[in-house]
Amino acid sequence: MLLIKCPYCEEDLPEIEFSYAGEAHRQRPRDPAQLNDHAWSEYLFVRDNRRGVQCERWYHVHGCGRYFNAVRNTITDKFLITYKAGEPRPGDDEIAEALK
Amino acid sequence: MACGREISVLRFSALNLFANALSGHNNWPEQWPSPSPKASYDVVIVGAGGHGLGTAYYLASKYGLRNVAVIEKGWLGGGNTGRNTTIIRSNYLYDESARIYDHALDLWDGLSQELNYNVMFSKRGVMMLAHSVHDIQIIKRHIHANRLNGVANEWLSAEQAQKFCPPLSISRTARFPVLGAALQRRAGTARHDSVAWGYARGAAALGVDIIQNCAVSGIRRGRDGAVIGVESERGFIAAKKIGVSAAGNTSVIMEMAGLRLPLESYPLQAMVSEPVKPVFPCVVMSNSVHAYISQSDKGELVLGAATDQYVSYSQRGALHVLEHTLAAVCELFPVFKRMRMLRSWGGIVDVTPDRSPIIGKTPVAGLFVNCGWGTGGFKATPAAGDLFAYTLARGEPHDINAPFNLERFEGGRLIDEAAAAAVAH
Repeated sequence: MLLIKCPYCEEDLPEIEFSYAGEAHRQRPRDPAQLNDHAWSEYLFVRDNRRGVQCERWYHVHGCGRYFNAVRNTITDKFLITYKAGEPRPGDDEIAEALK
Repeated sequence: MACGREISVLRFSALNLFANALSGHNNWPEQWPSPSPKASYDVVIVGAGGHGLGTAYYLASKYGLRNVAVIEKGWLGGGNTGRNTTIIRSNYLYDESARIYDHALDLWDGLSQELNYNVMFSKRGVMMLAHSVHDIQIIKRHIHANRLNGVANEWLSAEQAQKFCPPLSISRTARFPVLGAALQRRAGTARHDSVAWGYARGAAALGVDIIQNCAVSGIRRGRDGAVIGVESERGFIAAKKIGVSAAGNTSVIMEMAGLRLPLESYPLQAMVSEPVKPVFPCVVMSNSVHAYISQSDKGELVLGAATDQYVSYSQRGALHVLEHTLAAVCELFPVFKRMRMLRSWGGIVDVTPDRSPIIGKTPVAGLFVNCGWGTGGFKATPAAGDLFAYTLARGEPHDINAPFNLERFEGGRLIDEAAAAAVAH
């Protein structure tokens, strides 16, 4: 199973302590009532579903109980970086470095 | 109008089976050729799984379009078609689903004869177990909905369920007691590889080009935005229409046309046991305890699990998912506690928010998509092939697949089959 480094607990921990929480950095519309159907359905349903390196969220449900972000390669399932909620998405340089 | 070249394919019969046996089965002709791609086709299908090959077959045999190529990045049938647990049923909840899955069952019935290829369709029955009051309510609701739609489905007591499937334990002290079950007798299994091979052989005989080991790397569009062809490992191939039938890799292909879809691709694992003598007469599925099981004609138990929880294209998942399924199997069928598992693997399932497929047009002119079958595409193979072929040929969906469109996610007409999908996501 995957070993995931929770950035709060600062430990590599087994996947079954965590719950996958979808793509990271998705901004919930501030006023959904102002959106048309197309825009609202884009937010609700449409995803990048990236084959390759993606930023995603995980929830440490059987641990510290906090959400955090991760950069993972969805082809190899290898985690490159994990970072705390609220921190910015790692830049391309940082990801390239982690890929080495 | 240019037609595909036709090749002569030896029809299987008892006579030529006997004749070939005399030469040690060393002289069978190839089942389908490996042609070079032509410069252009009327229709290019991306993905040579059961759905893509079925689409090509029906385009050529039923809808009069033979200038067709199916382009596949790997080997035909090597994706989810080669990795599923072979279950075929039509006991979904909503009217739209009843129509499409029953259309598949109707086509399954005559498929071996039509393709002159034994797909080993076995109507051994599919039983869905109820373990709680809630299970009973949901399952009975499905049964009533099915019967109102002319889909035969019946309720069995625990005792009747055990009679239908003797290895089932209905002990009241079991961790997951069986309180009853739904049985669709007309449902069952087929040999997944044969379906791919049968459609490939049939399509090739009608002049369809199947181009394997040729990944599509781009979708070229004209000035008006309509598709004009695909970029591939073997160069540019022009096409008047493109039908994408790439399952878990659909988002990858559609991105080449600038489209994002309501899809997430998850690993779905399955495994087979060591082969044993026939002991399991039907298919049994348990939604609540995440296990579905049947026995192949080779004697192996074929077991399927829940999806792994994260988006992945690795075609692998983790062991704890399989352990969870095996725990359920040991409890439900104690006779299998000492079975050894021989082989496990994973596929990539493209899941939609309502667990129903998308078969139809896209916002890009000339580009059509058949995707979102998630964990349940194999059972629909003939219907998906037929309906996607209709849609490609006519440029508009058939009545049966019209509700399964991209627009429903905007308009709200979702077809929520999460329960009927019977695989935990």
